Amino acid sequence: MYGDYEAQRHWQEVTYNLPINQWYFNTSDNNLQYWGLDYPPLTAYHSLLCACIAKLINPDWIGLHTSRGYESQPHKLFMRATVFIADLLVYIPAVIMYCCYLKETSTKKKVSTALCVLLYPGLILIDHGHFQYNSVSLGFALWGVLFLSNNWDLLGSVAFCLAINYKQMELYHSLPFFCYLLGKCFKRGLTGKGLVLLIKIAVTVVAAFAMCWLPFCTEAEQILQVLRRLFAIDRGLFEDKVANIWCSLSVLIKIKNIISPQTQLKLSFAFTFLSLLPACIKLTLQPSLRGFKFALVSCALSFFLFSFQVHEKSVLLVSLPVCLIINEIPFMATWFLLVSTFSMLPLLLKDGLLLAYIGTTLAFLTVCTASFSIFEKTSAEDLQLKSFSLSIWGYIPWLKPFPKIVKSLFLVSITLMGVLSLISATLNPPQKLPDLFPIFVSVVSCLHFLIFLMYFNIVLLWDSRNSRNQKKTN
Amino acid sequence: MRPATAAFRTVPAGSPLPVCACAVAPQRFCQGGCDMAVAATGGGSGGWFPALALGVSLLKCLLIPTYHSTDFEVHRNWLAITHNLPVSQWYYEATSEWTLDYPPFFAWFECALSHIAKYFDPEMLVIQNLNYASYATVLFQRLSVILTDTLFIYAVRECCRCVSGKRIGKDLLEKPMFVLAVLLLWNFGLLIVDHIHFQYNGFLFGLMLLSVARLFQERHLEGAALFAVLLHFKHIYIYVAPAYGVYLLRSYCLTENKADGSLKWSSFSFLRITLLGLIVCLVSALSLGPFIVLGQLPQLISRLFPFKRGLCHAYWAPNFWALYNAVDKALAVIGVKYKFLDPEKMQKAAMTGGLVQEFQHTVLPSVTPFATLICTVVSILPSVFCLWFKPQGPRGFLQCLILCALSSFMFGWHVHEKAILLAILPLSLLSVQRAKDAGLYLILTTTGHFSLFPLLFTAPELPIKILLMLLFTVYSFSSLRTLFRKNGPLLNWLEILYLTALVPLEIFCEIVFPLSPWKLKLPFIPLLLTSVYCALGITYAWLKLYVSVLTESATVRQKVE
Repeated sequence: MYGDYEAQRHWQEVTYNLPINQWYFNTSDNNLQYWGLDYPPLTAYHSLLCACIAKLINPDWIGLHTSRGYESQPHKLFMRATVFIADLLVYIPAVIMYCCYLKETSTKKKVSTALCVLLYPGLILIDHGHFQYNSVSLGFALWGVLFLSNNWDLLGSVAFCLAINYKQMELYHSLPFFCYLLGKCFKRGLTGKGLVLLIKIAVTVVAAFAMCWLPFCTEAEQILQVLRRLFAIDRGLFEDKVANIWCSLSVLIKIKNIISPQTQLKLSFAFTFLSLLPACIKLTLQPSLRGFKFALVSCALSFFLFSFQVHEKSVLLVSLPVCLIINEIPFMATWFLLVSTFSMLPLLLKDGLLLAYIGTTLAFLTVCTASFSIFEKTSAEDLQLKSFSLSIWGYIPWLKPFPKIVKSLFLVSITLMGVLSLISATLNPPQKLPDLFPIFVSVVSCLHFLIFLMYFNIVLLWDSRNSRNQKKTN
Repeated sequence: MRPATAAFRTVPAGSPLPVCACAVAPQRFCQGGCDMAVAATGGGSGGWFPALALGVSLLKCLLIPTYHSTDFEVHRNWLAITHNLPVSQWYYEATSEWTLDYPPFFAWFECALSHIAKYFDPEMLVIQNLNYASYATVLFQRLSVILTDTLFIYAVRECCRCVSGKRIGKDLLEKPMFVLAVLLLWNFGLLIVDHIHFQYNGFLFGLMLLSVARLFQERHLEGAALFAVLLHFKHIYIYVAPAYGVYLLRSYCLTENKADGSLKWSSFSFLRITLLGLIVCLVSALSLGPFIVLGQLPQLISRLFPFKRGLCHAYWAPNFWALYNAVDKALAVIGVKYKFLDPEKMQKAAMTGGLVQEFQHTVLPSVTPFATLICTVVSILPSVFCLWFKPQGPRGFLQCLILCALSSFMFGWHVHEKAILLAILPLSLLSVQRAKDAGLYLILTTTGHFSLFPLLFTAPELPIKILLMLLFTVYSFSSLRTLFRKNGPLLNWLEILYLTALVPLEIFCEIVFPLSPWKLKLPFIPLLLTSVYCALGITYAWLKLYVSVLTESATVRQKVE
């Protein structure tokens, strides 16, 4: 009956009142069935910090057992303020710094990029509407990207370790980070400088992890229990209606019933791995900053589409790297960000955020259109498909009026999303099929995501060849 | 295209004294040619104006679920009254304490709205449903404000076209037009008063700005008609009516000046004054006619001008009377302490001040409505004289209008703190033109907006108001500074010090004070402090503007000579 708001409040209660070795264990004071802590230690520390402040303001907010389901106007203000402050401290500076460090862009472009990224509706609605602290982990990941793009590899790995230790979902981003750094070491030669760098990075990562997990290192059982809580495989292939391949397929085939959970796990692992492979190999062999960002997108998207136990909110992990390339491919990025917000519609409706959803989405679309004039950037070149199109045009001549096709596809998709949003918000579903609209939403979004996955992979794979060609011509 | 313009232009050109035309022309914001050019660039540069307008409208939509004041119930009640009762009873109905006290046009406006409202929630149209606020009602009322703001947006667009494009820089963000559009559309005061507190100021200010723009475009009759209509929507705008009256008489009815810029009665156009009179009479007849026929005019007027209310609103608007009250209070406290005064006599007026409607002065003489009227008229007169004897085209008119608004805010009877918007919005037009006005604008806007803070006293709105205020203030400072980069600093150190001190004041009022033990003993202290502190700034801005207008007209005259 309660949601993430109560979960976060409950974690404050638990972390403040119980000794650290009981946080992740089911005890008489800590019923794990009731919103038990299932995020890594940094989240727990953050909860503890918030709880200390809450204690100063009103001890009732975190009273053990007594505060369950506590809700009041001042408490709401307090909780919202904690999200906002976390946002101000981690995410917003990261976005602004990132945009300041963009190369070869005018001030106006930097400002509009920052504006678009900060106005991304999905993150605003989930963090400040639905209530979660995604901006912290995403912010740390962004700091990681920022440091890596300035060649501060060690700081970057520390920032990313913090991100993983705040939310285990950040593992979606881990492969590109790993492959990029590994590729960089290879490039320097695995016997000389590269090896030194590799060892440095490895030591840093281990140290960062150790720091985060220090209080749990008293006994092995503690660590194992935390890991069990983090990766709860007994929760099933997917929850609710999520816009990934498994949920969409189960409209036709009831996968959950046919296949055993163990096979589901293996199947999803295999699919995820296969879809990741090309991007990762490419990145390891030719590590470039641009490739790194695209790989972040495509890997996160692969995870979202194919992996086990995905939440609809995990799409934010894909959106963050897409935000990072919004100045390079404004049209596709805007499109993707709109779809990603749309894919969370059932959740947003449940939270009564319809008005906010409409408002922020339209505002985002307006800002993107006004600052990037996205409708004029639909040619193959603008979509970074030049080299791909050169190789494919010969075979499919009817694709010549490409920009027009893309533009009309975009309009069709926007209209479809708008109509579906309106229908889900206003009409009652037929009694036999109460989940009709959420399923529609997830299937439509899933189809979009599949196409986007193909697109991002194409850009990534063909791009490296293109850049090599450029180097040759230079 | 514009017969009035053509007529005005050709007369001085053909006359033996073309000098006056030249003397007046540079003062004008717009001239036909650049007007068109500006309009063209405004439409073509990436469509920034629609984006700005749409952006702010979406922000307004996000404010729909926020706190709304009793004004929400006031307007709901008016919807119900105008929907259910015949016209003859509109100004007699008194089921709710919030009786209809706006002029007839506004009542008709509510009547029209009520016919849409019934599709949202018919329950809100029941007169007895006091304090009814279902979700559909809130949605309807909020959306009605947002949608009627379209008029405001249009008016802002027209105003932007009046701004000269002389200073056009390479960067869009440094164009006066763009800055003006943001300052008007995203005005913090208007946002919180209309879309959080709840009122319909948006489209009313739209009417005013549109009429100002029409005067700038020399479509005088249109401007006059718009203002007449506005007066019958909300009579508070009568404060700026002197500026309109004098300007139209001086610069429209008198078609020519003498060589030294003084009056030339022979050029008085009876046709023009008849037209003006006809417009005003027609509009008034349309509005008041039915009530005159019904013989209800006295009742209507008693509703429109309720002098039974106190000198100051519950929260003192930051004007002269706030200072007066504060001095009275201080004298009373000192008097009692040093035994000059007899505490027995003063018990009635004990330290409840600021919370009661009827305020008794203890030391200083009490102020009557008539006295405030005299003060207001006296304070308005110099600006009006200035407009009459030293006309400087539409620009002078705008200055006079702002001075009228500010003077009446300073000395008026039962002034609301919201009335400061009447000066802030027109001053935005001047601020993007000259560095001097920009500095003034920054002082007046920041103080005026800060004085609106007590309107929103609920906890969830605290971050909203502070962040919105910061957003607007930071933008206005940075944009005006880049606009007048070459003119040196806009504010002197004293002014900066004064404005910076608003920050600790706010921290004290909102955070420190509620936690301190004084909260129970002296609950009115934050309001009193805010009011008095802001009154200082607004008085200063008023005096500074007055001095600048009066001295400036002298120098202009010298130039002409």
